[in-house]
Amino acid sequence: MPLLHIENLSVSFETASGAFLAVDSVDFDVDAGERLAIVGESGSGKSVAMLAVMGLLPPTATVTADRLEFAGRDLRGLSPRARREVIGGDVAMIFQEPMSSLNPCFTVGFQIKEALAAHTDLDRKGRQERAVELMRQVGIPEPERRLTAFPHQLSGGMSQRVMIAMATACRPKLLIADEPTTALDVTIQAQILDLLVELQKDHDMALILITHDMGVVAETAQRVVVQYAGQQVERQDVFGLFEAPHHPYTAALLDALPDRASGNRLPAISGVVPGQGDRPQGCLFNPRCRFADETCRKVVPPRQPPELGEALCHYPLHREEKAA
Amino acid sequence: MSTIIEARNLSRFYEVRRGLFAEPATVRALSEASFRVTQGTTLAVVGESGCGKSTLARLLTMIEPPSGGELVIDGKKLGATGHADLKALRKTVQIVFQDPYGSLNPRQKIGAILEEPLKINTDMPSRERREKAFDMLIKVGLRPEHYGRYPHMFSGGQRQRIAIARALMLDPKILILDEPVSALDVSIQAQILNILADLQEELGLTYIFISHDLSVVRFVADEVMVMYLGRPVEFAPVEAVFESPQHPYTVALLSATPVADPRRKRQNIKLEGELPSPINPPSGCPFHPRCRYARDKCSDIRPELTLHGQTLVACHGIEEGWIDYAAEPPPPGAALSGERAGTTPQAPDAAVRAPEPGSPV
Repeated sequence: MPLLHIENLSVSFETASGAFLAVDSVDFDVDAGERLAIVGESGSGKSVAMLAVMGLLPPTATVTADRLEFAGRDLRGLSPRARREVIGGDVAMIFQEPMSSLNPCFTVGFQIKEALAAHTDLDRKGRQERAVELMRQVGIPEPERRLTAFPHQLSGGMSQRVMIAMATACRPKLLIADEPTTALDVTIQAQILDLLVELQKDHDMALILITHDMGVVAETAQRVVVQYAGQQVERQDVFGLFEAPHHPYTAALLDALPDRASGNRLPAISGVVPGQGDRPQGCLFNPRCRFADETCRKVVPPRQPPELGEALCHYPLHREEKAA
Repeated sequence: MSTIIEARNLSRFYEVRRGLFAEPATVRALSEASFRVTQGTTLAVVGESGCGKSTLARLLTMIEPPSGGELVIDGKKLGATGHADLKALRKTVQIVFQDPYGSLNPRQKIGAILEEPLKINTDMPSRERREKAFDMLIKVGLRPEHYGRYPHMFSGGQRQRIAIARALMLDPKILILDEPVSALDVSIQAQILNILADLQEELGLTYIFISHDLSVVRFVADEVMVMYLGRPVEFAPVEAVFESPQHPYTVALLSATPVADPRRKRQNIKLEGELPSPINPPSGCPFHPRCRYARDKCSDIRPELTLHGQTLVACHGIEEGWIDYAAEPPPPGAALSGERAGTTPQAPDAAVRAPEPGSPV
């Protein structure tokens, strides 16, 4: 049984100009001890889908799902109190801006111990010991002294380590990392990614990594979900995705990377991600797709079988190689 | 090919007060940077936050005067010239900032944003100004009808096009690009990089491209200057930096850059620790506390930039030959050169345009 099981999750927001569908019927299965990456550009709904799982969306959001289960427990009808037991305990999340995720008025030690007080029955001494152990585990030098530091006294990389310590305080079964390294320098990014993978392996934790950086995906993930305008356009294992992408959007995204450029111009994707007012008919990617024809412009594409990356496309790429 | 920018021992210090009675401290944001840029080429300035790359941009755009050293732009020496010359020189150098949301005034229409530099710096009549704004909009891939709209009506990529158009209104020779694509999505980033390449070809512009993203740098640059804690540590043509990086910091930076290839084995040259404070930089080589090759000498004497092959590098180990990457795992320059079939990246006709590495004077 998968750890996290989601079927047909949709999230829409009430706005002044009508409802905006941010997440459009996505499915997820995350197994224990797995590293899944969700990739997409801004506005693709990758964060919103995970915030819906965590129950962190504002009241203007309407969340609907056929199934939304964590470890066999239905998250949909959960009371706020019961939800808080799951969230922060078995499921934890870290965010993009470590500086603004920490409360500037309290020491980091207080904030880590607060999580322990809420979810464990350790006494004061036990919490202190566990906090020191956690700080050491995430690679913070002089952990006892650092526990008394305020967030403004720490650098961005250190703050993110504190966030990771706090998120893993209750040994979660699932850690959701929303762009954990986007605000950090590359050398610090490498340290944080190594730390996340190490923790994931040591504790046999599942990791969902939300990112827009294909390089980060290639180096960390085992399985990848590509999102575009709220839809999952492709789901594949990481090797397949980079070698033979089946959805034209995935292929175009990979081609647009400067790492892979071969001339002195990049094969850019023209146009922009559709917004609320200009959602096209048929396939959502058709206005920007090189391969689009009349069918794509009129008919909503079908979900292809797993051997074609479950691509949401009428004409998936690299079809011949699979047939051969 | 002529030299358009020449910097000699360029420095910029800031005084910071640390309390009522404490001695004010000096932040050495940029120390003794010497380099040359040839007209029509792109110099990429690479480094982590706090390495002084944005300070360099502020000096080159004459937003701030240098604390020491000399700067010669387009044959005119800064400081020696009067106020009027400085004003003329400012037209030669224009800048595009990182955040296209913060750099455009939300209360101005696009037309007003584009014409403002002309109003301030020239006495061009309004009809010509408008014509020029229309032309520029088309040049950066927007449409003339965007002239009367406000910035909030545009996406991030379009705003960056507007910022580029504004920078080009005064026909500058040099464009400083301070992280111009790091706030943009991959598909939009590619569009902007292509426009920049087109404009450089068409107008013969010189770019100073400030970035922390090495895969972008590899694509746009002719020469690369790697900075660490306010000092250049390596200066070389782009191929040399990526194929045979010399300074241990450059090597570590390359190995830390994620590459979109899951089969590549991650180079395990991890850089321990974080950037030290520029208020109290380490003695000797600024990199020695994080360097795995560091010896006693490194903490005592600061290395100078010396020529090693095509590369100017400030490192005792390279100069004296006791750092030998060949004896160890291969330098991670290979990491960024796509090993996948048929995708060997090349710098934009760097072989044709790349000048000799600038030498310190």
